[in-house]
Amino acid sequence: MLPVQYYIGLSVVLFTLGALGVLIRRNAIVIFMSVELMLNAANLAFVAFARAANSMDGQIIVFFVIAVAACEVAVGLALIVEIFRTKHNINIDQMNSLQG
Amino acid sequence: MLFLEESISQGPQFFHLAPWIVFLPVIGLLINMFFGGWFLDKSKAGEKIVGWIASAAVGLAFVVSILQAISLLSEPEGVVVPLADWITVGSLQVRWALQVDTLSVVMMLVVSGVGMLIHIYAIGYMHEDVRHNGDPKRFRRFFVFMNLFIAMMMILVSGNNYLVLFVGWEGVGLCSYLLIGFWYEKGKDGIGNALAAKKAMVVNRVGDFGLLLAIFTIFWTFGSLDFRTVFEAAPQVASAVPGVILMITVLMFVGVAGKSAQLPLYVWLPDAMAGPTPVSALIHAATMVTAGVYLITRSASLYVLAPQAQNFLAIVGAATALFAATIAVGQFDIKKVLAYSTISQLGFMVSAVAMGAFVAGMFHLVTHAFFKALLFLSAGSVIQGLERGQHHVEHDAKLKKQLKTQGHDFDPQEMRNMGGVRRTMKVTYWVYLIGAIALTGVPPLAGFWSKDEILAEASSLNFTAYILLTLAAIFTAFYMTRQVLMVFFGKPRSVAAEHAQESPAVMTVPLMVLAGLSVLGGLLNFPSLKTFGMWLEHTLKNTLHEGEFVLLVAVISTILALLAIFLGWWLYNPRRYEAFWAMPAAKRKDDPLRVYIGPVFEVLKNKYWVDELYWTVILNPYISLSRFLADVVDWRFWHDWFHDKVLAGGYNLLTRLLAVQIDLGIIDGIANGLGTLAQRSAGSLRRVQTGYVRNYALFIFLGVVIILGYLILAGNPLK
Repeated sequence: MLPVQYYIGLSVVLFTLGALGVLIRRNAIVIFMSVELMLNAANLAFVAFARAANSMDGQIIVFFVIAVAACEVAVGLALIVEIFRTKHNINIDQMNSLQG
Repeated sequence: MLFLEESISQGPQFFHLAPWIVFLPVIGLLINMFFGGWFLDKSKAGEKIVGWIASAAVGLAFVVSILQAISLLSEPEGVVVPLADWITVGSLQVRWALQVDTLSVVMMLVVSGVGMLIHIYAIGYMHEDVRHNGDPKRFRRFFVFMNLFIAMMMILVSGNNYLVLFVGWEGVGLCSYLLIGFWYEKGKDGIGNALAAKKAMVVNRVGDFGLLLAIFTIFWTFGSLDFRTVFEAAPQVASAVPGVILMITVLMFVGVAGKSAQLPLYVWLPDAMAGPTPVSALIHAATMVTAGVYLITRSASLYVLAPQAQNFLAIVGAATALFAATIAVGQFDIKKVLAYSTISQLGFMVSAVAMGAFVAGMFHLVTHAFFKALLFLSAGSVIQGLERGQHHVEHDAKLKKQLKTQGHDFDPQEMRNMGGVRRTMKVTYWVYLIGAIALTGVPPLAGFWSKDEILAEASSLNFTAYILLTLAAIFTAFYMTRQVLMVFFGKPRSVAAEHAQESPAVMTVPLMVLAGLSVLGGLLNFPSLKTFGMWLEHTLKNTLHEGEFVLLVAVISTILALLAIFLGWWLYNPRRYEAFWAMPAAKRKDDPLRVYIGPVFEVLKNKYWVDELYWTVILNPYISLSRFLADVVDWRFWHDWFHDKVLAGGYNLLTRLLAVQIDLGIIDGIANGLGTLAQRSAGSLRRVQTGYVRNYALFIFLGVVIILGYLILAGNPLK
């Protein structure tokens, strides 16, 4: 059985990739994917610790996270589709008109 | 009834009526005040109604006074009739109570008796006076003031403590002021009478200041103002605190000098002749000016304890008597002569009571009230007789031409305009002659007995005063002779005097009554009978000095008086005076006496320049000082400099500092600075909000990194 450090190391790498993707990329779909990557990095860490600690709590949380991620994707993709219809573009830097 | 409690039933008792001596004149004045104008408007006899109401009020007060005297026959020690509580503050308790004893009843009788006669006379006198001065409406006001005067005088003489006495003292001063200035818009330059009234008021304030200090000292020393308490405690206080009685008596004398016109405060009385003649008779001869004599007599228990004060004040009184008598010699105004004569006679009285001859002084007060009121009233009759003559001539076509030789502004009080009035005004002449002889001190008229009693007392008590008073008596005889001869004898020296007309009966009857009193007044205290002395003895028990009739003194004064009359006759007899008068006006002196004693006569005519002296020494410096205080100190220093420059300027500076420096500079600076600061910081912070999602995400990551870094480095605080 692999020690938990390896899983965590992978999780960190995945999270960092996701974070960098969010910060650097401009395509909204890619950013979405990067967010998914970060969520799954967290999921990986949860299940790794759950397995190491012989507890089901972490695994249960992962289910919740997957459910929430699914909802988020549904809402987010709907938004992106709607933005594309109005702007014919999904470059995130062009969506700054609210200055928020 | 509140004033019944002290009455005892032995013989006829009317003490409970005593307050009516004050209330009756007040009722009279209230009736005249509210209905007098109506009477004058509605009825032709309005003046008579008003005058007789006033006279009746005083007459009833006279009846009440007589009843008091009758009551005193069975209760000679007198009673105190309480009327009301006045002041109760701490240990000071002042009641308005009436002191009814032999002394105050004498004053009540004189005030109401002589007052009543003068009121009746004034009905006739004022009838013409108001028309002559052109304001008949003022008739009512005159009698209101006169009744007020009687009421105040009654309060003065009946009070049983010094404070009530002081109320009356000030009240009569007020009435004197009102009546001197009765024709306030007349007189020299249209203001002369008002100035005379003001002078009387101001000079009396000086005296009242002394009296007030005396009253304060009495309260401070005795703890009470009641006559009885003070007099009973006086001997103990005199031995315990030497000097305090001296102080009280001398301060009190300052008040007396003001009210009774003694040196050096006599100057207001001659000017007071600006009032109508009945006023001069009532207030400035018979009653008010004798208040000082009454005050000293009332305070006899204090005066006998201060022999130094007695000696000094007797000399002051005697000096006043002589001083004023000499001035009277050089006057040409019929009323001015009488005014100085009054001052002189007051000097006699004050000197007498000051040296301890209280009975003699009070006796002279009574007889003087008779004959001086008589003289003033008949002088008023002469003045109006001349005015009537002048009026008659002015309205007679034939006689009118004669007026042209005579000056336009005819002065009916000028004795040089008179002469020969004896033939046209017979009654006035006879009563005037009686009054003059009574004043001169020729036996057996009233003035002889009273004046001689004073001289007899003085010869044993205070010889210096005796000499001064005897000299004054000589001058008295001389100036009265001069006046009678100038007014009544010889040929008329003016058209008005030639056509002078006798006064109506309403004026002459009171004159005859007073003349009768002037003849018989001496019987009051006839030597060897001593009725008056025994009467007053009940009140002045411990202080009474038994005066003896000294034949030598009487003979000397009678001879001197006769000599003076003879001298007067020699100088002013009709033949000689007419020869003098017939000289051309340029060469003629103003008076035969000037031929012999020219410079001295000038001094006398100008009244020793005392008024001028007062002007130079007191009034002008005082006016300069008050001008200086008003113009320089108050206006220029306080107003212009201190108020405008220092206060207003300083305040302006301060407000400018507060407004510009503090408010605009600091307070507004802080407020604006905060605004600017918020604006600037907002300006720089707004750049953070780029709108790029990446930036926000980066900040969130940075924030997470910082928080996590902190948690890792500082240790987990959740543990």
